[in-house]
Amino acid sequence: MVASRGSSSNPGRIPALGLRVLVLIFISIMLMYFDNRDNHLDTVRTSIGVAVYPLRVIVDAPVRFWNWLDDSTASRNAMELELARLKAERLLTNARLQKFISLEAENVRLRALLDARAQVRDRARVAEIMSVDANPFSHSLVINVGTQDGVFDGQALIDAEGVVGQVIEAGLLTSQAMLISDTEHALPVEVNRNGLRTIVVGTGKIDELGLPFVVNNADIRVGDLLVTSGLGGAFPAGYPVAIVASVTRIPQEPYADVTATPAASLGQVREVMLIFSVSVQKPEAITDEQR
Amino acid sequence: MSRDSASRRMPVILSFIFGMMLTIMPLPDAVAAFRPDWLAMLVIFWAMQLPRTWSVGTAWIVGIVLDASQGTLLGQHALALCCVAFITVRFHLLMRVFPVPQLTASVLPILAVYQFLLFWINGVAGVDAPSIAYWGPVISGTLLWPVMMIFLSGLRYRTRSG
Repeated sequence: MVASRGSSSNPGRIPALGLRVLVLIFISIMLMYFDNRDNHLDTVRTSIGVAVYPLRVIVDAPVRFWNWLDDSTASRNAMELELARLKAERLLTNARLQKFISLEAENVRLRALLDARAQVRDRARVAEIMSVDANPFSHSLVINVGTQDGVFDGQALIDAEGVVGQVIEAGLLTSQAMLISDTEHALPVEVNRNGLRTIVVGTGKIDELGLPFVVNNADIRVGDLLVTSGLGGAFPAGYPVAIVASVTRIPQEPYADVTATPAASLGQVREVMLIFSVSVQKPEAITDEQR
Repeated sequence: MSRDSASRRMPVILSFIFGMMLTIMPLPDAVAAFRPDWLAMLVIFWAMQLPRTWSVGTAWIVGIVLDASQGTLLGQHALALCCVAFITVRFHLLMRVFPVPQLTASVLPILAVYQFLLFWINGVAGVDAPSIAYWGPVISGTLLWPVMMIFLSGLRYRTRSG
């Protein structure tokens, strides 16, 4: 018991404790101020984040191992079923793709006629979600790629069904992404049916999004598909985001109460795609909409 | 300081690394809001037991690493943990002689202060989080304190760490 030696004789024996606390609090406040104001501290953050990388790998390992075990011990029967399902799905997708190719060519021709800028085809990269929890104050997840793989802040994340979120902090080896269900997340969308533009915000619930700025007489119905509009610049246009779940028009209020269900299953994603080469349409729209 | 100091520091450092792993470990959505502040509890324990070696400086470094790994404002957890360590060191002589139930009752307000500081900084920075994210960890942390305390005391007694 080294520390308790002589402790009862002199209670105020920790030297300059108050001073040290004050200095550390001051440093913390300065750090927070600069961190909040601009991104000068990103390099500091990244380099400290590297120290946590091994821990993330260790925590992630059991889940990964379990998944691997689950995969490698799956019965032959189940595998055959899955294979058949995948084959059928591939056939369907391929058939749809054929049509899509001709449509794309038509689209390019029409755009050339209209003298509009040709849409850039987006490049994607698959990333795996690590089974570690991040920020307790937000809906976020950690992916296993970082700046080393070309990830950048604000990059869009999608899965097979729709938009998942965006990268908020690109580390060297792992990055953190915010889900579209986070209360701080807002995403410019349009109704696929008629092009009505609005904004989807997170509600803090994993299976519900809100559309707070839809006017009462707007043409929006339950079941409408919402796709990214490309305004704001963070997300490329045309990816499905959510399906309108309920529309409640309140006569005395200016805006209707509209909720939507995310197209991507935010709670169960294991793999996501990161989108590169974002096609930006109008520079003035970005400055207006970007947060 | 006659014994090899590295070997005596090891249990403390290992406990912080383990605490960090528990902090980033995935939990089911139902109980995720009740994840205890393991690192705050560890800071309280070590600052109470060994205030000369492990106090505000350690707490600050742990907090900075936590901030970097969680993507919170750099310095947020550092400041809060630093204050937790300060309060604990100020009252450590009192807290050491408390029996376990009384000590647990005094850990509750310290954890509450910790969450309040986080809440305050979030408010200033404009981060909006559900209130359960704040009081959930205080409750679970207090309930789990005796378990952690008994485990770490046993560990400390065995290894005579410092």
